[in-house]
Amino acid sequence: MTQISVRVDGASYSDDVEPRTLLVHYLREQLGKVGTVVGCDTSNCGACTVHLDGEAVKSCTVFAVQADGSEVTTIEGISQNGTLHPMQKAFHEMHGLQCGFCTPGMIMASIDLVNDNPDPSEDEVREGIEGNLCRCTGYQNIVRAVQQAAGEMHGRAASGTSHESPAVVDTAAAPHVAVQS
Amino acid sequence: MIPAPFAYARPSTIDEALQAVASGGEDVKILAGGQSLIPVMRLRLAAPETVVDLTRVAELRGVREEGDAIVVGAMTTHSDVLSDPLIARYAPLIAEATETVADRQVRHRGTFGGALAHADPAGDLPAVALALDAEFVVAGLEGRRTVPAADFFVDYLTTALQEGELLVEIRIPKREGWGMHYEKFNRVAQAWSIVAVAAAVRMEGGRIAEARIGLTNMGPTPLRASAVEEALTGAEATGEAIAAAAEHAADGTTPSSDLNAQADYRQHLAQVLTRRAVTAAAGL
Amino acid sequence: MTLVEEPTTADAVPEKEIGKARRRKEDARLITGRTTWTDNMVLPGMLHMAFVRSPVAHGKITQIDVSAAQQAPGVIAVFTGRDVADEQGSLPCAWPVTPDMVNPGHPSIAVDEVNHVGEAVAVIVARSKVAAQDAVELVDVDYDVLPVVLDMEEAVKADAHLCHDHTSSNTSYHFVFDAGDAGTGADTEQAFADAEVVVSRRFVQQRLIPAFMEPRSVVVQPQGDNYTLWSSTQIPHILRVMLAMVTGVPEHKLRVIAPDVGGGFGGKITPTPEEVVTLLVARRLGKPIKWTETRSESLMTAHHGRDQIQYIDVAADREGNVKGLRVRLLADMGAYLRLITPGIPALGAFMFPGIYKFPAYRFECDGVFTNKVPTDAYRGAGRPEATFAIERIMDELADELGMDPLEVRKKNWINAEEFPFTTVAGLQYDSGDYEKATQDALDLLGYDELRAEQKRRRESNDPLQLGIGFSTFTEMCGLAPSRVLGSLSFGAGGWESASIRMLPTGKVEVVTGSTPHGQGHETAWSQLVADHLGVPFEDVEVLHGDTAISSKGLDTYGSRSLVVGGTAVVKAAEKVVAKARRIAAHLLEASEDDLEFSGGKFSVRGTPGTGLGIQEIALAIFAAHDYPEGIEPSIDAEATFDPENFSFPHGTHLCAMEVDTETGFVKIRKYACVDDVGTIVNPLIVEGQVHGGLAQGIAQALYEEAVYDADGNLTTGTFVDYLVPAASDLPHFDTGNTVHTAPSNPIGAKGVGEAGCIASTPAVVNAAIDAVRHLGVSDIRMPLTPERVWRAIHEGGDGGDRASARTNAQAADSSDAPSTAGGLQ
Repeated sequence: MTQISVRVDGASYSDDVEPRTLLVHYLREQLGKVGTVVGCDTSNCGACTVHLDGEAVKSCTVFAVQADGSEVTTIEGISQNGTLHPMQKAFHEMHGLQCGFCTPGMIMASIDLVNDNPDPSEDEVREGIEGNLCRCTGYQNIVRAVQQAAGEMHGRAASGTSHESPAVVDTAAAPHVAVQS
Repeated sequence: MIPAPFAYARPSTIDEALQAVASGGEDVKILAGGQSLIPVMRLRLAAPETVVDLTRVAELRGVREEGDAIVVGAMTTHSDVLSDPLIARYAPLIAEATETVADRQVRHRGTFGGALAHADPAGDLPAVALALDAEFVVAGLEGRRTVPAADFFVDYLTTALQEGELLVEIRIPKREGWGMHYEKFNRVAQAWSIVAVAAAVRMEGGRIAEARIGLTNMGPTPLRASAVEEALTGAEATGEAIAAAAEHAADGTTPSSDLNAQADYRQHLAQVLTRRAVTAAAGL
Repeated sequence: MTLVEEPTTADAVPEKEIGKARRRKEDARLITGRTTWTDNMVLPGMLHMAFVRSPVAHGKITQIDVSAAQQAPGVIAVFTGRDVADEQGSLPCAWPVTPDMVNPGHPSIAVDEVNHVGEAVAVIVARSKVAAQDAVELVDVDYDVLPVVLDMEEAVKADAHLCHDHTSSNTSYHFVFDAGDAGTGADTEQAFADAEVVVSRRFVQQRLIPAFMEPRSVVVQPQGDNYTLWSSTQIPHILRVMLAMVTGVPEHKLRVIAPDVGGGFGGKITPTPEEVVTLLVARRLGKPIKWTETRSESLMTAHHGRDQIQYIDVAADREGNVKGLRVRLLADMGAYLRLITPGIPALGAFMFPGIYKFPAYRFECDGVFTNKVPTDAYRGAGRPEATFAIERIMDELADELGMDPLEVRKKNWINAEEFPFTTVAGLQYDSGDYEKATQDALDLLGYDELRAEQKRRRESNDPLQLGIGFSTFTEMCGLAPSRVLGSLSFGAGGWESASIRMLPTGKVEVVTGSTPHGQGHETAWSQLVADHLGVPFEDVEVLHGDTAISSKGLDTYGSRSLVVGGTAVVKAAEKVVAKARRIAAHLLEASEDDLEFSGGKFSVRGTPGTGLGIQEIALAIFAAHDYPEGIEPSIDAEATFDPENFSFPHGTHLCAMEVDTETGFVKIRKYACVDDVGTIVNPLIVEGQVHGGLAQGIAQALYEEAVYDADGNLTTGTFVDYLVPAASDLPHFDTGNTVHTAPSNPIGAKGVGEAGCIASTPAVVNAAIDAVRHLGVSDIRMPLTPERVWRAIHEGGDGGDRASARTNAQAADSSDAPSTAGGLQ
């Protein structure tokens, strides 16, 4: 056992962990931070993404001992005083989730992306979240959500279409919802 | 899955790290960024007795200038490589290839030296290091030695690093003004390269004065496409000349056949991708 | 016909909820990490399980030594198949598609013999997950290795090795539908004998893995002789019945809960060995037990999907009018039959004719055992396979005739004025307009411009070639009319249940038997109830997924939830209104006939200012101080809806594909589709379902395949090798809708969960082939790896990835088999 001290979502913890304990298992099983989930065992799916000292990492590919002395932010720590983070809000607004299992990791990766690139294009978002798999959404509404949140996080009125509801902007309820008799 | 148990050491200097490796027992693994090692341990394909974690060895991080070379600390993360001005100026090929490595989360943890020491022939950085004539500075309890890239990659997942040694830094000759391009071919964003080509060329007038070509995943180690380099040297920078030279890209290669590609297809790809990489590097 | 609702300003009726892009109620807990995934459960004294799994695809277990594992720190117990042989029963198969179907039996833990890699041979129970996993390596199992059966075409040969030595062959069943025998079409053999043109192909539907994002997890808590089981399942209701039957735990002593479930796509539609074993171990030890799989365990042992070899022949005249269709399938069951393993190809049997007016049709299918993990439902379940085959061969027919593929389709499809239309397979297609959907899709794609570019690229011999692929599809949703399921020998009905509880404060609880796992039932059902009861959307809470709360239900699959489950909700709401009407009449001292109900209020016709809200009535009837004689003091209601027909979404999907002829790399330039899913309750959710379906359908065409090596090891056993596409691997989708309501349900909805997945695969493959057909390519096996595309271009034909082009007429030698005729009227 090794003792570690970590700050997670604003609270300090000191715990004994086995060196082989993955950060995600420490978060889930020792701290009860079950908002962060495990989706794979090869660092592909990104469901376990958290911020370690401000950078997105896959918490299934970091040992808990490596986080000793660090600051960890999970999906449970990004809303402030009950107000959703703009990325959370945008995922809701743009229907960027269905089953929601990939969502915590997807949101944490997207915040990291937008921290680096305040105004990503559609292609830049797609590449920026390539480390996160979603099986439900086909990604299109996630891309929209990230773009909308980027605008809000950087104080821009979101440009053009991304401001509007996805069902109005593009597709389902748009002009192609033709009226047939 | 959870890895099998191991003893953990977290040195803060290179000397401490060498001591930890020396006293770690039979099966010691060095943990750099861990982005390849930890998944392998989770699948219990590796179960080392001791893991020596280099992430707190500050002297292994960063990029600096040293005469006619830049020196990249082995524990410099891919993210830091991507934002480094010296690399952008003198070895943009490294940045271009690094950008294609895995994803942003992995690039925050994964390291330049870790990727090279892992020596996966499908990894992107070994061929780049080879093309740029990098030198590998290796530390052991007896002192340091320098291994040229051509001698560093010995076999599949095997380097010239001896037991007890650490890769500490990589020296890369400055190539200011060279044209460079990394042409990667894979099936999905996260997948390893089926084949990739790292190309660096120095132009003089309308001719290619020098060329360096590294091949990813065309054998158990990264390879130099020497025949292409020779054919390009002094050649006119035209599509035809580059295409003719690129036909030699698979000469002497022994790529494997696996789920993603048969050997003959890889050899074909090497030619096409070499032509494209050199064409882009030459600015055509 | 009803339209997409537009707000009507003429009267004072509140804005309709149906048709609104309501943001989902489900999201609040999911975007904040306040979720209840099964693996989040922690119970006092809980023990953890890990399975010892076979590394051998086929063999006799000669010895298992668990002594070292039993001694390991933290290990409480180790059980082998022998230890539970008397109580584990056989995992159920609910769909004996033929009377003589062979079911070899499916132990949850292998007792004497293993039949696929990853099959459980023992289970460790320990204080912690880590201790359980560590002890797995201490169990020593000896196997007497047997020959491995992997290739279906080899497996059905007379001298093939057997997957199960107590069966006489590797064929589980031979299922036939012959339209001539069923009286729904002409004689198929005659149609082919008379045909001017016959085109025959062999298509391969590769094996796929559902790859839901949430790994499966089970928790069982024993309390006396009662058991509560939480599972990441699509089917809590069916699971409860099946577990009771398999384990002997009485049904009324077993409560099953599906909490938040992270996707299923059919992959969580079957009772699993792990659910059975978790329950058995909890019963043995009297302690709460948890099992959660790893991803590699999931890919290796959760059921797979697709995996068919399709021999298909189409007969036509020289003008392109189709005359007959003949299909013969080999369908890989894997090693065992799970819940609906044998029925998947049967679900597709009736969809091969697609949207076309075939006069003659014959379908035959052999279910084949192999030493691989069992197959079962995967998004579309039978219909993607059928749609792929018909949409691919229509292109091949067009090529044979030198016609435009769209022209051949138009010549043969059902015209808008012909609905309802009874097909050669005996299905009655409900409504639609294929022409309109196609025209809209062509406009969305920018078809003419892309065709012009394609021509330019061809003429200049550009290394980058462009192709356009069509898929004009329909599918069968709304599973299902119970009587039809009965006629197909399915073990259950297809009804759905709902109840509505009117709470004293006027809030509404809706209980649905259709259990969601990402679809958004809570939101859509709230919209339905808000409209039908005239209560605010926010005042409705939807309860589901717990057999103690929602006692009756048949769960979620087959795009059935809105069509069947949503209708049950509407029916329940109608009953609530009817019951409330009597109370309202009493309280308003009016005749029921004089009351009108609008916007949640009863009012006396012609008497402005009167009125009583349904939420007020809820309070009044809670107090029950004043209500009419002869009725119960409740306006709660329950309804069970059993549809009389399937519903038939349709649409046109178009893919424009770039093919790099030098490398074989394919890249979707543009994807456009127009779907008709009937009434759209929530356009946001519909759009999301289409997007997700497209992603999976495109992934089948381009990326995904479960590959086994010669020894039966799954070589695509992690996400490194099983290529689930990321955002950067998929294009932007341009989607649209036409709306022709379904007459089979009062909502008018047709179902949308599978449409994108069913339609897109052939559009993508047709596009790639269209790009390189002029280079001599006739087919490319899925997934379209760059290497396969390159070989097809450079070697011609199908790139050598195929059997010879013999006709299926020669291959089909079992026309005397019994016919499963009729039933789908």
